[in-house]
Amino acid sequence: MATTILKKPSTFYEVFTRKPDADKINTHYCPGCGHGKLHKLIAEAIEDLGIQDRVIIINPVGCSVFLYYYFDTGHIQVAHGRAPAVATGIKRVHPHSIVISYQGDGDLAAIGGNEILHAANRGEHITVFFVNNAIYGMTGGQMAPTTLPGMKTTTTPRGRDIHNEGYPLKMAELIATLEAPVYVERVALTDAKNMAKARKAVRKAIQIQVEGKGFAFVEALSACPTGWGMNPPDAERWINEVMTKYFPLGVFKDISDKVEPVKFERKILTPEDIKKAIGIDGGEITQVKKYQRNTVAEKYKNPKIKIAGFGGQGILLLGLVLTQAGMLEEYHVSWLPSYGPEMRGGTANCHVNISETEIASPLVSIPTVLIVMNRPSLEKFERTVKPGGIIFYDNSLIDIEPSRKDVEVVAVPATKIADDLGSTKVANMVMIGAYIGYTGILTKESVFDALDMMVKRKEFNELNRRAVEAGMKFVM
Amino acid sequence: MQVTLQKAFVKIDKEQCKGCTLCIETCPVDVLKISDRFNSRGYHYTEYVGDGCTGCGVCFYACPEPGAITVYKRGAIVDEEVLSEA
Amino acid sequence: MPKQLMKGNEAVVRGAILAGCRAFFGYPITPASEIAEAAALLMPEVGGVFIQAESEVAAINMLFGAASGGVRAMTASSSPGISLMQEGVSYAAGAELPMVIVDVMRGGPGLGNIAPEQGDYYQVVKGGGHGNYKVIVLAPNSVQEMCDLTYLAFDLAEKYRNPVYVLADGFIGQMVEPVEFPEPKLPQIDKTWCVDGTAETRHNLITSIYLAPEELEQHNLRLKEKYDRIKREEVRYEAYKVDDAELVLVGYGIVSRILKSVVDIMRGDGYKVGLLRPITLFPFPDEKIREIAKTAQVFLVVELSTGQMVDDVKLALNGMREVKFYGRCGGMVPSAEEIIEQVKSIFEELEKEIEHQK
Repeated sequence: MATTILKKPSTFYEVFTRKPDADKINTHYCPGCGHGKLHKLIAEAIEDLGIQDRVIIINPVGCSVFLYYYFDTGHIQVAHGRAPAVATGIKRVHPHSIVISYQGDGDLAAIGGNEILHAANRGEHITVFFVNNAIYGMTGGQMAPTTLPGMKTTTTPRGRDIHNEGYPLKMAELIATLEAPVYVERVALTDAKNMAKARKAVRKAIQIQVEGKGFAFVEALSACPTGWGMNPPDAERWINEVMTKYFPLGVFKDISDKVEPVKFERKILTPEDIKKAIGIDGGEITQVKKYQRNTVAEKYKNPKIKIAGFGGQGILLLGLVLTQAGMLEEYHVSWLPSYGPEMRGGTANCHVNISETEIASPLVSIPTVLIVMNRPSLEKFERTVKPGGIIFYDNSLIDIEPSRKDVEVVAVPATKIADDLGSTKVANMVMIGAYIGYTGILTKESVFDALDMMVKRKEFNELNRRAVEAGMKFVM
Repeated sequence: MQVTLQKAFVKIDKEQCKGCTLCIETCPVDVLKISDRFNSRGYHYTEYVGDGCTGCGVCFYACPEPGAITVYKRGAIVDEEVLSEA
Repeated sequence: MPKQLMKGNEAVVRGAILAGCRAFFGYPITPASEIAEAAALLMPEVGGVFIQAESEVAAINMLFGAASGGVRAMTASSSPGISLMQEGVSYAAGAELPMVIVDVMRGGPGLGNIAPEQGDYYQVVKGGGHGNYKVIVLAPNSVQEMCDLTYLAFDLAEKYRNPVYVLADGFIGQMVEPVEFPEPKLPQIDKTWCVDGTAETRHNLITSIYLAPEELEQHNLRLKEKYDRIKREEVRYEAYKVDDAELVLVGYGIVSRILKSVVDIMRGDGYKVGLLRPITLFPFPDEKIREIAKTAQVFLVVELSTGQMVDDVKLALNGMREVKFYGRCGGMVPSAEEIIEQVKSIFEELEKEIEHQK
């Protein structure tokens, strides 16, 4: 049965108690304002679709900032221009909700231009109502991005000059060029014929979201009699006769009968599922293995290690493997990559601590162990080594010798040894072998297990192990 | 008691009317007029001349205020007291 | 659960998910990008949302939207990105939305560089956006704390319905250390205030508008009362060897780790040095500082800045004791040795003064 009574839709509050002034019955809008007409169409559609409980309206900045006075739905009041971003956030976490983003022309097309384009381009499942009245109403009639050329506003007192202010933005046309939007139409909130079309468009735009089809955008040309200095009937005539010349009415895109609806399903996980999903359930390690530490000479204990070389030599991995192995042997460990001013000229370095006691500073400014794999690193860090410390350097690449006499120096032709094994890439592993072999700080067993944990490509395991062993053999 | 309306009519809540005249402008049968009197907020409000409404509803959608206009179409079932206002 | 080696930025995301966070909105920026990358990888695995926003402005507003839905949600960025988010943080504080923001600080002002700095203290701890508001600020100094303080941040955010920052620096974010993870919490929604598209929440309104001056004043006073409660109940710090200390070092984040080394080394040489590390930057441990000042002669604040937190130490002491400052910035990091020199020269000054007084 067709509706036989047209009355205030039940989506509106009976009394506008949130309105702070004495009048709790009327809207705050000026006589003849298009916002009220659009509100009524939206309220009616929500009622007819039976979705009132699910609706969350995003209240913009502009004259329509007080949507929450009127609509008996959920509301979020947001910053100027950000409605589509906020709408994205709430819709993504509550896909069952029906999110209506309502924006004026300054809000949507000027300050929020980026947010609307990207929300549309992501195909957010939201419904956007864009009120275009060619002016900033709330702030007192300044130019909007949709102000027509030649139109006088308080900030275009001589009329909008396209050479100074550019052209009005045609948002519906712009949005329609994107792949994702499902439905884009421009309507006019004016005479009976246009209101009938607007009513249909509003319902369709919300229906698309209810059906899970995607992004819908309705631009509504709307009268601002106060801002334009016209009486309401003249203002609506002006829309029909002047505004629609620049902003033609009609459907700019509609793929609503082609797109497949999206079904939103929520994953429910148990605590064990969660641990597994984020990789902290212990993975393949079912029981904690105990490692027998080597006996380490006092001078090699609690090393503060700096490792440096060219980017690509596996410097960071070298440090990580030592750190992981140290942890397996139940030392306190830390690893810090080159970062900040030391990271210049394509060199990489990292700081590693392996300590019997809690590590205070993870930074190694005065290393007790320096492992260097290129000449610039040796030149840069040699002088920082603590007296009595030790320097390991790759003498197949570094053609100078360290000059310090107060430190131990161990030359390891790591790259050459690696090359002989079949890949220069494992020179870093040779260095690990040399370091642990010479000092005994870590066992081969923990290093091998650390390698298994750190190196994801298992086909390198065998070669890496041989390289570590070759390094150990060289120094022992 | 409820009755079935034999003819359409439009009810205007003068206190919710801001006198924008958009309803008068759009009415196809010209049965709305602006009152000489003011409502409590100082607006000349729209009045139904009392006869001739076809119940087409265009004034309802023309009106920006949520509850200023109610349109009762022919055949609507309403409380008797509503009829008395017609 | 055995400990696991992990990068600070990655531990943040695990801590968040374990706290029940199911939405991340971010924009890439060095040195915080690993957080977004880890979230992109892990959020969908736990039924959560990850969106790479079009800007930090959009990211914070997406977060505003998700937080309005009563869902535990977060973002992460670095200094210039945080500057862009300040508008949204002000709105969230005004609307009393719980949310977690991680700031992995880098060098500034302007584009600065990507090296670690602590130049965001003012913009994070002192507000940064407009209006009378405060945010809770947690300052981790280890990878373990990147996880634990992020985990805690969600509880505090919800308890006080307020934005909570985890303020880290590039070092803490990039560092790898062993982490022991807390137990997972399952997501829950408090329907008393949020909007989630159900009948129960239909009458809820998320807003920061209070049009009437009387109402806005009341709102501000109510917020202030909340911040005062936070000051009373949520102060966290680490005091290390301060009981008999003549000189107390004050530093947060990576600096506190270096300062701890300084204390250990100098104690070995007989210097009575201690360390106070604020873990909450708001609320700031004012009372603890005044308590220490009863015995300590002088404070040395060390920051990776030209001096920001030092103001709060001075305010806490209100002239009670002398406050010295040593800072490096631009990505330069003081070595323990460098700070030891500073401390020694302060001790020499003190001795001279004592001599002079005799």
